[in-house]
Amino acid sequence: MAPLAPKTGDAVFASIDHVNAELFTLTYGAMVRQLLTDLEEVEEVNKQLDQMGYNIGVRLIDEFLAKSNVSRCVDFKETADVIAKVGFKMFLGVTASVTNWDAEGTSFSLVLEDNPLVDFVELPDTFQGLHYCNILSGVIRGALEMVSMKTEVTWVRDMLHGDDAYELRVKLLKQIPEEYPYKDDE
Amino acid sequence: MIGVGKIKHYTNLLEKPLSRGRQEVSLSAFAFLFSELVQYNQTQVDNIAELERRLEDAGYAVGARVLELLCHREKGNRRETRLLGILSFVHSTVWKVLFGKVADSLEKGTEHEDEYMISEKELLVNRFISIPKDMGAFNCGAFVAGIVKGVLDSAGFPAVVTAHFVPMEGQQRPRTTILIKFAEEVLRREARLG
Repeated sequence: MAPLAPKTGDAVFASIDHVNAELFTLTYGAMVRQLLTDLEEVEEVNKQLDQMGYNIGVRLIDEFLAKSNVSRCVDFKETADVIAKVGFKMFLGVTASVTNWDAEGTSFSLVLEDNPLVDFVELPDTFQGLHYCNILSGVIRGALEMVSMKTEVTWVRDMLHGDDAYELRVKLLKQIPEEYPYKDDE
Repeated sequence: MIGVGKIKHYTNLLEKPLSRGRQEVSLSAFAFLFSELVQYNQTQVDNIAELERRLEDAGYAVGARVLELLCHREKGNRRETRLLGILSFVHSTVWKVLFGKVADSLEKGTEHEDEYMISEKELLVNRFISIPKDMGAFNCGAFVAGIVKGVLDSAGFPAVVTAHFVPMEGQQRPRTTILIKFAEEVLRREARLG
């Protein structure tokens, strides 16, 4: 059977169940506030958010692959496009743009102008070190790890810190060679 | 771009136009997030009651904001002052905005004057959740109970709000009932208003 054609982000988004973005945003906000109260240190909160994102990414990739018909990406460039155009659209209803490739083609930036996580949010001065959306970087890292790519994801720009957009830097550290579960056959 | 530092432009959040609230994200994005919320809180507690209380706290924060938001957007800056008014606001307006539909039912408790119940056959937060046996009566609906409490408290109707599973005949899954028990002062005021 020929592989199904990959769907566009819009097509997938149209075909799945939705919830109101405000419920999502406010729930996320409530969670961040709980973390700030519990952990007290902004750095710890960043770490915890990243960890939660990672946990999500590891599971989210399954749904992503199942619903988008996207198969193996030929190169990192395609990976970037798929994240920006299909991944973001499918889950958050927004698209990101891909820019600032380095010469080797191993790192790029995802730029978001619209970010459903931050509606109604203002960072007080005491939390300037907080990467409010750090969960997103964890999600990307976790999801890519499940498709054999070790990456490092960092925030470059953040509108909550006064920048004009959200920019995430994704750097490919290494491709993990495919390991077949040989043990099963032994 | 030498010399171009980061310019901090604090746009006051309150000056932004209020969105119409039509934006949506995927249900799974919410489900993933909510499951992380539950799992995180699980690491912070050692009993079920405490876990429910923490979920309720998270919901409370949502509820307080939802009241403010919806009063501005849907009600022309008016807030309900009567008991039935605020209850139907929760049951219809709040539910519709947050969960896309009005709640299945709103009933008055038969045994106690101060009790009301909002029931939902398939509550959003319970949809992907199965409760392990050892966690007994734990109900993720505590989060929604917290939202309801947040709305009611902030509107001046303090109440104790709890979530319960109620088995239904012929249905595999129980429905979730949000039990609202108003504080005495609320009923006294209501009686005075006639």
